[in-house]
Amino acid sequence: MLLELRGVSRSFGGLKAVQGLSLQVPENSLSALIGPNGAGKTTVFSLMSGFLKPDQGQVFFKGQDITGLPAHECAKLGLTRTFQIVQPFANQTVRENIAVGAHLHLKSRVQALSYASEVAEQVGLAGLLDQPARELTVAARKRLELARGLSTRPSLLLLDEVLAGLNPQEIAEMLPVIRGIVKAGVSVLMIEHVMQAVMNLARHVWVLSQGELIFQGPSEMMSQDDAVIEAYFGVAGAAKLRAAQVASQTLKNTTLDATQTAAQTAAELQGGQT
Amino acid sequence: MKDLRAIGVFALLVGLVPAFSHSGVILNWLMMALFATLLSQAWNVLGGFGGQFSFGHAVFFGTGAYTQVLLQLSWGLSPWLALGLAVLISAGLGAALGAVSFRYGLKGSYFALVTLAFAEVFRILALSVGFTGGGVGLMLPLSESFGNMQFSSRAGYVWLILCWVVVALLITAFLRHSRFGAYLQAVRDNEDAARALGVNPFTLKCAATMLSAGLMGAGGAFYLQVFQYIDPNLVYGSHTSISALVGAIVGGMGTLWGPVLGAMALELLSELTRNLFGELPGINLVIYGVLLILIMVFLPRGLVGLRERWVSRSQRARTPLGLAPKSPVTERLSAGELPVTQSERPTSGVGGHGDAA
Repeated sequence: MLLELRGVSRSFGGLKAVQGLSLQVPENSLSALIGPNGAGKTTVFSLMSGFLKPDQGQVFFKGQDITGLPAHECAKLGLTRTFQIVQPFANQTVRENIAVGAHLHLKSRVQALSYASEVAEQVGLAGLLDQPARELTVAARKRLELARGLSTRPSLLLLDEVLAGLNPQEIAEMLPVIRGIVKAGVSVLMIEHVMQAVMNLARHVWVLSQGELIFQGPSEMMSQDDAVIEAYFGVAGAAKLRAAQVASQTLKNTTLDATQTAAQTAAELQGGQT
Repeated sequence: MKDLRAIGVFALLVGLVPAFSHSGVILNWLMMALFATLLSQAWNVLGGFGGQFSFGHAVFFGTGAYTQVLLQLSWGLSPWLALGLAVLISAGLGAALGAVSFRYGLKGSYFALVTLAFAEVFRILALSVGFTGGGVGLMLPLSESFGNMQFSSRAGYVWLILCWVVVALLITAFLRHSRFGAYLQAVRDNEDAARALGVNPFTLKCAATMLSAGLMGAGGAFYLQVFQYIDPNLVYGSHTSISALVGAIVGGMGTLWGPVLGAMALELLSELTRNLFGELPGINLVIYGVLLILIMVFLPRGLVGLRERWVSRSQRARTPLGLAPKSPVTERLSAGELPVTQSERPTSGVGGHGDAA
């Protein structure tokens, strides 16, 4: 196992952000952590990467207990995260930004800067190497976030919503980049709201709701899981959706109307989703 | 390397001035300008590259000066040896004060206030304890000789302070071309992002404070050797802290030549105003203040920014199709003015259970 959480909990005052979470991320995997807003996904990332200390439970990375280890030590072990709200070194160029990560394994400034160009190539930032980071578009900033994490040569990269804020075309361009990273031998665990991308990329999915794990398994199974549907659409919404599905199945091929109704209901429910 | 060559040329040019000019006015100005440069460079290491704004750098300056005088008066040490120890002790104090402040995560204005407080504490301590001579101050006996680090002409002092300015320039060049410097600037720009990339902000900031404090201590020791008298208000007073940070800010923080340019320009300015408006006491400070405000407003990146602005403008003129210009839409997107992008819709939809039910 590359990364393992054992019964990890964390509260902020009265809010139980993460409760008794256990999960295992295998090597050479591309998996996703999803859940409604406020489910505690980013908190889980912070707990994994040393930005927060768990109140209870343990975190293991490559078999080593890293519970409470500071973030920079985690990075040295090969566990790096990106940030949902991009955090560029705004006054520095793209090349300099990426070189900071490369310095984790390269002491020489010249080598780090040239390694930065290689990584930029990998994520499609090669043309912007000398741009100051503050002048980048949202899409380019997300790529920079990815490139910086990648430049540390991690074993596991935690990507916090690298697709959020991108338009469909930009998302389509980003998917092969993420696949390429995994192919190059880096395991990726991503938090993502763009379902199409999750289904497309991740083989294994964990669904978090109100700090608790409500589903884990292959991504194809997720959309049929009652608990997941309830978490996303609410109890009433889930019931309505289920009824519509049942109706559409029993009346299949008999009345066109019912199918349409079911499809409509489903479309209503998913209105904001796809 | 380009920086090293530039530093060499600078050292040579400035070093040759005393050989050509024996004018007391010019040499005195040059000495004071280089002295102000050293303080600004020292501040620039921590403030410009580390992003930690200290308002109390006088604490290191004063400690350097007192170490220099006490080692000579009480132990009869050679001033050259004392100078080395003064730098080391100031640097040590820097590491200690840095560790105390950064251990508790003090940042921004809180760090600035704490450094201000440190300087005041040291000033008051120096006023009240016995061995510093209290408010009466301490006097270094006049005895001009190279061994005593007291020179009969200003030229000696110019060369001495020039050496320290060059040391500071070399340290700054190191910050620009090394992993340590890259890490320090990463911490300045975004501490969390730096941590995620394996940077330990605490040790970095402490090390930067140490370097900065050491240079400041050298400045204090130099001050004592030139004026041969110090008291707590002179060396621990806030004007030293202010002049160190103003020079760096006016010239351009986080740059190699900014503090040099800034400190020299300000020294020139204060000399001019003092000569032109000498009969109106304090008018020089008024002009100084007005200019400072103007520079802050119109040149937030300092005098060095002036050149960069000119260079980038001429570059843009040359390559009109250089980098893809931002379309108005993407610009407004990145400014957060256009709220809806398709991929973000799930975020807003999923949260509200109500609109599904």
